[in-house]
Amino acid sequence: MLIPCPQCGPRDIREFTCKGHETYMHRPSPAAPPEAWDDHLHNRDNPAGPTREMWHHVAGCGAWLVVERNTVTHAVTGAMLAREVAR
Amino acid sequence: MRYSGWQVLAQGITGNRGWRPAWRDTAPKPAYDIVIIGGGGHGLATAHYLAKRHGLTNVAVLEKGYLGGGNVGRNTTIVRANYGLPGNSEFYSHSLKLWEGLEQDLNYNVMHSQRGVINLFHSDGQRDAAARRGNMMIAQGDDAILLDRDGCREILPYLDYDQTRFPIYGGLYHPRGGTARHDAVAWGFARAADRRGVDLIQNCEVTGIDIENGRVTGVQTTRGSIRARKVGIVVAGRSSQVAAMAGMRLPIESHILQAFVTEGLKPVIDHVVTYGMGHFYISQSDKGGLVFGGDLDFYASYAARGNLPMAEHVVEAAMTLMPVIGQARMLRSWGGIMDMSPDGSPIIDKTHVEGLYLNCGWCYGGFKAVPGSGDCFAHLIATGQPHPAATRYRLDRFATGHGLMDEEGTGSQHNLH
Ligand SMILES: Cc1cc2nc3c(=O)[nH]c(=O)nc-3n(C[C@H](O)[C@H](O)[C@H](O)COP(=O)(O)OP(=O)(O)OC[C@H]3O[C@@H](n4cnc5c(N)ncnc54)[C@H](O)[C@@H]3O)c2cc1C
Ligand SMILES: [Zn+2]
Repeated sequence: MLIPCPQCGPRDIREFTCKGHETYMHRPSPAAPPEAWDDHLHNRDNPAGPTREMWHHVAGCGAWLVVERNTVTHAVTGAMLAREVAR
Repeated sequence: MRYSGWQVLAQGITGNRGWRPAWRDTAPKPAYDIVIIGGGGHGLATAHYLAKRHGLTNVAVLEKGYLGGGNVGRNTTIVRANYGLPGNSEFYSHSLKLWEGLEQDLNYNVMHSQRGVINLFHSDGQRDAAARRGNMMIAQGDDAILLDRDGCREILPYLDYDQTRFPIYGGLYHPRGGTARHDAVAWGFARAADRRGVDLIQNCEVTGIDIENGRVTGVQTTRGSIRARKVGIVVAGRSSQVAAMAGMRLPIESHILQAFVTEGLKPVIDHVVTYGMGHFYISQSDKGGLVFGGDLDFYASYAARGNLPMAEHVVEAAMTLMPVIGQARMLRSWGGIMDMSPDGSPIIDKTHVEGLYLNCGWCYGGFKAVPGSGDCFAHLIATGQPHPAATRYRLDRFATGHGLMDEEGTGSQHNLH
């Protein structure tokens, strides 16, 4: 699997760690009800097919990416810097 | 037909013409008392114990592929009861006891072999942790022996005791642990359930769950709709999709776990051995292949095949621990879809829908659980009450934070187990 880091170009997955679904981009407010935190931390759509995930280019530029990937074919279709997605 | 040594002899001298299929290939009836979704180890075991312990035989197991084609036929077959936390401890202890009587119960040779599991440790800290775990196992009524370096060398002479980076300090020996033949476990439970009247329906994918006024009434399948008063979901890596048919969003992520096997060799590894400083564990099958594996690839996947980095990591760890393995040729590698829960422990519980039950979250350790999980899930479905060995496998523990069972102590979060 190659991940197209917007800063470094296509790189081997050995350089990355996967954090999980991009739901981590949508952190509830500290005052949100417990159900919102349960959803955020535990419950997942867990799609069989296209998904969006957080990957950390830990052995590269150090950026957090939002990667578009297919969980059935392992095809990687895109990657953006998380800080730009957050904007 | 009852299997026995006498049958083998009698069939042998009459040309083996009398053997019959081990179970009927049935078409679905319009309605059942209980429908089990998923014909893996856990689904088949559930059907067996429903029939055997609770006399419930108007039961169907619906399998989208063929029986035993999922993880139950893809795992590395380790059976053990060396868990430490309340919840897991009594459950796996119960399951191991069922394993010990399983072949008589099923009238089927599942090749259960209590050859012993040895978890190696490589530092003082790991030795303390192993001693503590051993004490917890003994307190649960199971068995554990702390081996020192010489004790290991005596029974595992082929390991590299000279390497200085991760020297072998000793191992926690669990004599009642071991392996079983995974396919035979699926087949044995299938045959036993079938003999008591359970319908095993293959090539039958569940595509919808019917719910009326908060109560389950049946399922939609690729072979038509089937009515049922109770439905059990036990589909391992596909749990999220099937539960979504009932409007549920589960605390589950599906991940890939790989395994590897070498060509058949003369007996060399007598036990199950796990490396404490890398992702590697190994045993030798009765056919002679060295069967080994490591950790998850660590990204969500439904591909049932893994990537090269984890394969490399596992092989590197293997070479570090037992350089002799470099002489063997690797034959095959494969993967299975693991239903990972946030705390690494499973779920056996009711759902918000009356009559709908859920069994999932077995992560990479559900083979040893097959008899225990079947027994406990059958108990829950039949009586509405959790089995005493599985009272803590609640679905709501993530929401409430009460009773999390994080065996590895890494935190109750996805991607940490
Ligand atoms: C490589 C590997 C190594 C492992 N090693 C070990 C080990 O050493 N020890 C151990 O204890 N555990 C191990 N495990 C874990 C263990 O195999 C699993 O936890 C366990 O088999 C899962 O339960 P099961 O047998 O019921 O799953 P499966 O056999 O996967 O059964 C689930 C079934 O549900 C069916 N299904 C899915 N969706 C539907 C639908 N919509 N309709 C109808 N049917 C459906 C599937 O086709 C499948 O047959 C390992 C797993 C893998 C992949
Ligand atoms: Zn980068």
